Amino acid sequence: MSKRTPLPCPSEWTTELILAYDEEIGRVAAHYGLDCYPHLLEIITAEQMMDAYASIGMPVYYHHWSFGKHFLATERGYRRGQMGLAYEIVINSDPCLAYLMEENTMTMQALVIAHAAYGHNSFFKGNYLFRTWTSADAIIDYLVFAKNYIAECEERYGEDEVERLLDSCHALSNVGVDRYKRPPKLPLAKERERLKEREAYLQSQVNELWRTLPQREDKQAREPARYPEEPEENLLYFIEKNAPLLAPWQREVVRIVRKIGQYFYPQRQTQVMNEGWACFWHYTLINHLYDEGLLTDGFMMEFLQSHTNVVAQPPYNSRYYNGLNPYALGFAMWRDLRRICEEPTAEDREWFPDLAGSDWRSAFDFALRNFKDESFIAQYLSPKLMRDFRLFALVDDERNEMLKIDAIHDEQGYRTLRQMLSDQYNLGSREPNLQVWNVDLQGDRSLTLRHFQYKRRPLGESRDELLRHVASLWGFPVRLEEQDEKGEVRLLTTMQVDRRKHE
Amino acid sequence: MVGVRIVDRRFDSKNKSAVNRGRFIRRFKSQIRKAVSDAIGKRGITDIDSGEKVGIPAKDIAEPHFHHGRGGIRSDVLPGNDRFHAGDEAERPEDGGAGEGNQGASEDGEGQDDFAFTLTREEFLDIFFDDLALPNLVKTQLARVDEYKRIRAGFTQSGVPTNINIVRSLRSAAGRRIAVGTPYRRELREAKQALADLEACGQEHSEEAEQLRQRIARLLRKIENVPFIDTFDLRYNNRVRVPAPSTQAVMFCLMDVSGSMDEEKKQIAKRFFMLLYLFLTRTYDHIDLVFIRHHTTAAEVDEEDFFHSRETGGTVVSSALELMQQIIAERYASSTWNIYGAQASDGDNWENDSPRCRQMLDEHIIPLVQYFAYIEIIAAEPQNLWREYEKLEGLHPGRFAMQRIAGLPDIYPVFRELFKKRLA
Repeated sequence: MSKRTPLPCPSEWTTELILAYDEEIGRVAAHYGLDCYPHLLEIITAEQMMDAYASIGMPVYYHHWSFGKHFLATERGYRRGQMGLAYEIVINSDPCLAYLMEENTMTMQALVIAHAAYGHNSFFKGNYLFRTWTSADAIIDYLVFAKNYIAECEERYGEDEVERLLDSCHALSNVGVDRYKRPPKLPLAKERERLKEREAYLQSQVNELWRTLPQREDKQAREPARYPEEPEENLLYFIEKNAPLLAPWQREVVRIVRKIGQYFYPQRQTQVMNEGWACFWHYTLINHLYDEGLLTDGFMMEFLQSHTNVVAQPPYNSRYYNGLNPYALGFAMWRDLRRICEEPTAEDREWFPDLAGSDWRSAFDFALRNFKDESFIAQYLSPKLMRDFRLFALVDDERNEMLKIDAIHDEQGYRTLRQMLSDQYNLGSREPNLQVWNVDLQGDRSLTLRHFQYKRRPLGESRDELLRHVASLWGFPVRLEEQDEKGEVRLLTTMQVDRRKHE
Repeated sequence: MVGVRIVDRRFDSKNKSAVNRGRFIRRFKSQIRKAVSDAIGKRGITDIDSGEKVGIPAKDIAEPHFHHGRGGIRSDVLPGNDRFHAGDEAERPEDGGAGEGNQGASEDGEGQDDFAFTLTREEFLDIFFDDLALPNLVKTQLARVDEYKRIRAGFTQSGVPTNINIVRSLRSAAGRRIAVGTPYRRELREAKQALADLEACGQEHSEEAEQLRQRIARLLRKIENVPFIDTFDLRYNNRVRVPAPSTQAVMFCLMDVSGSMDEEKKQIAKRFFMLLYLFLTRTYDHIDLVFIRHHTTAAEVDEEDFFHSRETGGTVVSSALELMQQIIAERYASSTWNIYGAQASDGDNWENDSPRCRQMLDEHIIPLVQYFAYIEIIAAEPQNLWREYEKLEGLHPGRFAMQRIAGLPDIYPVFRELFKKRLA
């Protein structure tokens, strides 16, 4: 390919230049076959970036004090110069929104466009979790609906009342997601239409459940021992559908928090993959443009400096160490995957017989579509990468005096290491496994939650406070049981909130 | 390339988080109020009118989630192995487990410390006022900054028609007419002279004379055509906005520092002084503060000593009043200075001194000052000083106020008269 004249690279960006860069990057992305939503680039100020931070990056959000707190925390860090702001925020919507901060140099804007508007964007569009759980064309509309609905509730029932409810919902948001179920498909428009209908219906269902009239004998006899018959992992869902004392609007607010939590759940499950994917693509696309002669050396120097900062992985004993850097791990894994396809070693042929020597673009496409962090690591973490990162596994059993090194990057350790790292990214084991176990329909209407212990880990100290939130939503006593790995169950605590206090 | 667009949002709604920020402050009002109260203790009286960095305990504002506590079996995969082999053992680190154990600390950036942030001036004053139970009207008066008056500042060449300065405009029009017309007039003079010369020689019908006449007519037209007034001549009165306060005041803070005034009473007194100061900043440009503390003798001190040093011994209030009178005489001749006095005490005074205090205030001090406020920070029974001062209340309406104070909300009534006058 003949070398072309480089694009100008002043430190100050201009709209025309951004468009020019975007066009070139888009051309190369198409060349690699990246499948993206159309995107919208928005130029914002640092202050707007902090605003966006406070509301999880979303352009609209309902109001809550906790967002104010996040804003203050970000602002403080930024003003003191302790932290830079992220260069970009990208929103999984159709069209995909990518924010460019006005302080960025031209090089950074190009990096952000490649990273967010093509990298993340194509991940959102391709990955199965995002495809299943998020409807990119509707999220902004749903957030607008949520904001208006909650504002309306505040007007009607008072800010304090709504704030208390949101506090409880937020506290339970990580036990308010479906981890394994698949959602029914329902477009937003229909959802809104059915809102009123649902309110009325739900209320009638609840009434049915709590009907105090005597039931017929034969039905009584067949009554299952527990309600729900199967344990329910989604606590907020269960409360929305079954809490006896919630008003219809309160159920809707619970639903809103639950829905939004569910929307973000795929992001939490695919951090390594997603960030790695975006880093891989900004690296690959920009380098491709450089090879074509479109970028100056100055541009590349600045680009590489930012890039290496982002994907740096300090060792465990460095004072900069703060866990495994998902950008570093993800970037390395995608690069490694391409290497396995293009230049496989004997080891790779043994470990990845199907991959070695295959077309890397189709291997990428398959990996992008069908995995999340946990399974991606279990599937693709190669011995070479474990050696490169010099990974080792540390086991901390409270019953032992010393910590034990379980496995290192050697022949005996690879599989253990891989399995342990994969488990580390399994939200199901990283977060406590809490299930709705039973409701005492005949007696005191108490709700029993059961914590299934994983590797003997207890619940954290915020347990009681959280139970108080559950109890205030449920309205009747809440019991917390714990089942250890041997199957023995013990009652941890019972919590009751006097609901009249709030009325 | 499908539908790439750039939207410049930089000039869109700023401050989107303002509502959330307000919610945050409302939610943690009690903690913030405590932090503000601590801050007031630390800051000087003159600093009252600015924002403040406050911290509230991080645990109060935590957002809890279900998570694993410490214990059980944890495993962590770490990078950068430099010495370990499988099966090795390692010491457990002192604080927290490896890896996940210390995640909680990093979540809020600074771990267990306070959550610190900066209150704006408005937010700070709002909370300050809340404690003092100020009426809303007074609050808005005090918190306002947009008080300006317009003063003359010369003339400009542009403005609105109502501001046209006629004298100046005509004067500059005249100047312009003179400047523009002079060359023609000179020519005209010469032409007329030449014509007169020709006429004197009897050549008034010659061709040359005719030309001169035409030239004269042309010049007269030209002079005629210089406009009488042009937009260029217009002058407008110029007015600029300057902050309204433009006078000076001195505020005397008098406080009893005998042994019975403990730290808490001093803090109440401090707020009393602050409120008066804040009021004065709205009215006056330049404010001097004079701090006089006294026990049996009085001394002028700086603010630091005023609030923080402690003395023991008896109390002779008149010593402070004498010093105040003396300082006024020396430094603040009452014609150019507005004088305000604020006295705080626990009411304890040497029995025979109190009538003397009343007399001094009545005859020497109150006539000189705009306002004198006295607070007695709660003693079980009104003391002799209070009883003496009570006699003054009727004598100087609107200039003297006194109040017995149990808590912060009692301070405002002392200033009621003062603020009423101001708001009227």
